[in-house]
Amino acid sequence: MAATGAPTKITQGSQTKGGIGESTLRPDGTLKVTGEFAYSSDMWHEDMLWGQILRSTVAHAEIVSIDTGEALAMAGVYAVMTYEDLPTEVRNYGLEIQDTPVLAHGKVRHHGEPVAIVAADHPETARRAAAKIKVEYRELPVITDEASATAPDAILVHEGRDDHHIGHVPHPNIVHRQPIVRGDADAAAARADVIVKGEYYFGMQDQAFLGPESGLAVPSEDGGVELYVATQWLHSDLKQIAPVLGLPEDKVRMTLSGVGGAFGGREDLSMQIHACLLAMRTGKPVKIVYNRFESFFGHVHRHPARLFYEHGATKDGKLTHLKCRIVLDGGAYASASPAVVGNASSLAVGPYVIDDVDIEAIALYSNNPPCGAMRGFGAVQACFAYEAQMDKVAKELGMDPVEFRRINAMEQGTIMPTGQPVDSPAPVAELLRRVKAMPMPPERQWESSEGSDVRQLPGGLSNTTHGEGVVRGIGYAVGIKNVGFSEGFDDYSTAKVRMEVIGGEPVATVHTAMAEVGQGGVTVHAQIARTELGVTQVTIAPADTQVGSAGSTSASRQTYVTGGAVKNACELVREKVLEIGRRKFGSYHPAWATAELLLEGGKVVTDGGEVLGDLVDVLEGEAVEVEEEWRHRPTEPFDLRTGQGNGHVQYSFAAHRAVVEVDTELGLVKVVELACAQDVGKALNPLSVIGQIQGGTTQGLGIAIMEEIVVDPKTAKVRNPSFTDYLLPTILDTPTIPVDVLELADDHAPYGLRGIGEAPTLSSTPAVLAAIRNATGLALDRTPVRPEHLTGTA
Amino acid sequence: MDFLRPASWEEALAAKAEHPTAVPIAGGTDVMVEINFDHRRPEYLMDLNRIGDLSEWEVGEDSVRLGASVPYTRIMEDLSAELPGLALASHTVASPQIRNRGGVGGNLGTASPAGDAHPALLAAGAEVEAESVRGRRLIPIDEFYKGVKRNALEPDELIRAVHVKKADGPQQFSKVGTRNAMVIAVCAFGLALHPETRTVRTGIGSAAPTPVRAKTAEEFLNAALEEGGFWDSGKIITPSVAKQFAELCSGACNPIDDVRGTANYRRHAVGVMARRTLTWTWESYRGARNATEGAA
Repeated sequence: MAATGAPTKITQGSQTKGGIGESTLRPDGTLKVTGEFAYSSDMWHEDMLWGQILRSTVAHAEIVSIDTGEALAMAGVYAVMTYEDLPTEVRNYGLEIQDTPVLAHGKVRHHGEPVAIVAADHPETARRAAAKIKVEYRELPVITDEASATAPDAILVHEGRDDHHIGHVPHPNIVHRQPIVRGDADAAAARADVIVKGEYYFGMQDQAFLGPESGLAVPSEDGGVELYVATQWLHSDLKQIAPVLGLPEDKVRMTLSGVGGAFGGREDLSMQIHACLLAMRTGKPVKIVYNRFESFFGHVHRHPARLFYEHGATKDGKLTHLKCRIVLDGGAYASASPAVVGNASSLAVGPYVIDDVDIEAIALYSNNPPCGAMRGFGAVQACFAYEAQMDKVAKELGMDPVEFRRINAMEQGTIMPTGQPVDSPAPVAELLRRVKAMPMPPERQWESSEGSDVRQLPGGLSNTTHGEGVVRGIGYAVGIKNVGFSEGFDDYSTAKVRMEVIGGEPVATVHTAMAEVGQGGVTVHAQIARTELGVTQVTIAPADTQVGSAGSTSASRQTYVTGGAVKNACELVREKVLEIGRRKFGSYHPAWATAELLLEGGKVVTDGGEVLGDLVDVLEGEAVEVEEEWRHRPTEPFDLRTGQGNGHVQYSFAAHRAVVEVDTELGLVKVVELACAQDVGKALNPLSVIGQIQGGTTQGLGIAIMEEIVVDPKTAKVRNPSFTDYLLPTILDTPTIPVDVLELADDHAPYGLRGIGEAPTLSSTPAVLAAIRNATGLALDRTPVRPEHLTGTA
Repeated sequence: MDFLRPASWEEALAAKAEHPTAVPIAGGTDVMVEINFDHRRPEYLMDLNRIGDLSEWEVGEDSVRLGASVPYTRIMEDLSAELPGLALASHTVASPQIRNRGGVGGNLGTASPAGDAHPALLAAGAEVEAESVRGRRLIPIDEFYKGVKRNALEPDELIRAVHVKKADGPQQFSKVGTRNAMVIAVCAFGLALHPETRTVRTGIGSAAPTPVRAKTAEEFLNAALEEGGFWDSGKIITPSVAKQFAELCSGACNPIDDVRGTANYRRHAVGVMARRTLTWTWESYRGARNATEGAA
């Protein structure tokens, strides 16, 4: 063996830069803000066709006939496909229940359901051809709420259900029902000095990611297909796509393309199967890009919900019991409804100690748009209701709302209504204390020597007030969200880490199937690799299905689970590197055999800081690679009758204080400040953490005062599928968001971290509503609250 | 779809005469949305961007002749003294990018009740300069709006400019939307004081099938101001007068319930805006008057 040489230089106290805890910048950040980043809609392939979907114009109807003749005859059209053209017997897909037809079969169940697909050589040709397909519908009555879903003569949205929930639901138009019963709510109610009831409505929110659904399917020579797509979970897509195409999973090769946001809306399939079908049918690459209008029909939304709450409390401010019923509208297909029910019920009590509870959550099948995953996932709707209740009970008792919450706040050791002990920090009272202690924004900030600055007032540039009618209000809220997939799901991630010398430098390559949807995993994975492997250069390989599943980019889970998998794989790589080091250089220094060894600053060092060698020398001529699955602690399903079970992995907490100015005459709202305190366990990238908290807070503000998909209750048709009438907060609607980050380690999690992406979305909405109630004195039991609700003109 | 690109106004008129279904496009604020959503597929699209005059304006003795394509940004930045109401309305149009492209000609061409310029034009007083190969005519703004998205133009006519009366007194514009920027009007209100003629004019947007003036309210207020000697004394408007004016403005509305707001809310909000804009303009009038007297 050639002498590779013993260490020639000894440097003490080397430190690795860009590791965990640092605010390293996103590698794609500059590209995205300058418009250079390639999103999935920017892909192009030589000889490519464009796919177009024909969607139903009615919400509930039998399909009498479909005539594709005229469309097929158009010049430039390569294929038109309907249900009849599907290649295998597998013609449905779905995340948990395979109830969603790839193309409508005999019946459409919601407005905008895919009926036929077209491939043409130009997108406009494809669009016109789709418009030439004649579909004759025989309309059916629409099911739009619980009453119409469970009426004696209700049409079944899905006939002949054989899924694993049908056995325990009270009606076939109910997807799933989860009760949580603990203690004796009736007996406890008898001890209450006050009982407060409320009924609340939470509107349908859209994820409104900026990059519409899009992807490119390229047929390959082996009869398989390459699919480049923006998604949240490659392997879940793969499992649903392959059987419909009649291909083994290894012949559907998926690569993540540039994702323009997700927020849960890419957990279900959109154009994936359609593009593959058209590509395989035509033998040509097929690209599909939704426009904004289609996007509103092309993905599931946040479940609208009706929530019935009853709390009791004693005079000294202790909650006695909770009775609650949550009715989520899942729309036409199941999507993630069962899991949303599990979250809504198990988190219905909020971050409070209540020993006696009687909770029930259900999700309906209806002819409304399908609803599924969205940031906060069932916990958002519950939080809106229980926080409204907390204020009501406090008022009834004549107590300060924050003090009342403090008295009842859960803490480490609290037993959840599911019987699960909270076994890591739960600083609920501390988070409230912190937001309350933050300095208040000054009063009447719009006043200046030059008159009123309308940008600081409700109505903004629309110039509706110069201070007239404006009243300030302050509100508080706190929430609890589970992190990771729950209820016994095998929620693992896979990471492949390689370490080698490239260009005279040790380089780590991290390869996972994690969908980067903006959450910052690409940054965090590199930081973990630097910390664990002592390298500067880390390459993040493109996410694809050539490596094992990374699970979904949802449930605030990626830093925890795929981050955990990367850490684990790095540790295994480190062991192998050290083995090589011992083999090559063990004889040069006794510490190789005796000391705890680390990789830092490109060197092998002892835990005492003594350098034993350069990684470049250790890895000379060798590459180390490990691919390994990693799992967090297992969870259990909830008992279907009592809801008992250790169903969740970890909890995440955030609290908000909202300060609003309300123009009480016009019902317009300016949110002045939304202060947030959140426990993040350990901030792996503090800048990303702040970004997530501010983004989640803003998304919560949106549903508080403007965002809602409006569905006509008579026709179940969507009335506002555009950004003209589905309003998102602009920068003038976005308040300053001071953030106070706590880092109380969860000993069960990698680095003690806590999933953070969703918790701020929960408490932001009820805090804004509480502040508006405070300003107006109105009860306000629905969100979003609109000007007509604040002016008695609804 | 054929794309016509006339190089001059005369060519444009000739093309419009030959193809009366041609849809003119300048900034594209409305037209491109309709095309993108496939709500409209015109046989001919006529690009007016090569005709430079359309983006120019002249300040005359009594009025400003505003080219149909003068972007809202220019109105905000260069004409806020002459056309204060329209400048305030321009501020509320969409986003900066759209304000850089869109102009009043588009608002008039579309004639949507929600167009932001309309209440300001109605309140200030304006005439639309329409032209065809047959000749040129000035259409008073009060006669321009004919129905939901219908205007008084003949099929062969194009809008060349709008002549807006120069402000002879304070003007205000106020618009309700459910967010604080970049929003289509739920309803809007424009008000202009005309001390020279001792009259008040109004304009209401998005609260009737067309933009309308609250004429009964104007007449009531004109009479009340005259009888009470308010123009001369410059005293504060009696709250009961302001209240009744606001109620009459509400009464001038004929709104609908839609996805942006309820009819009841629109009526209510127009009343609130009427009262506030009257207060703001009258305060400026008094301030200016008192300052003049102080100097005299």
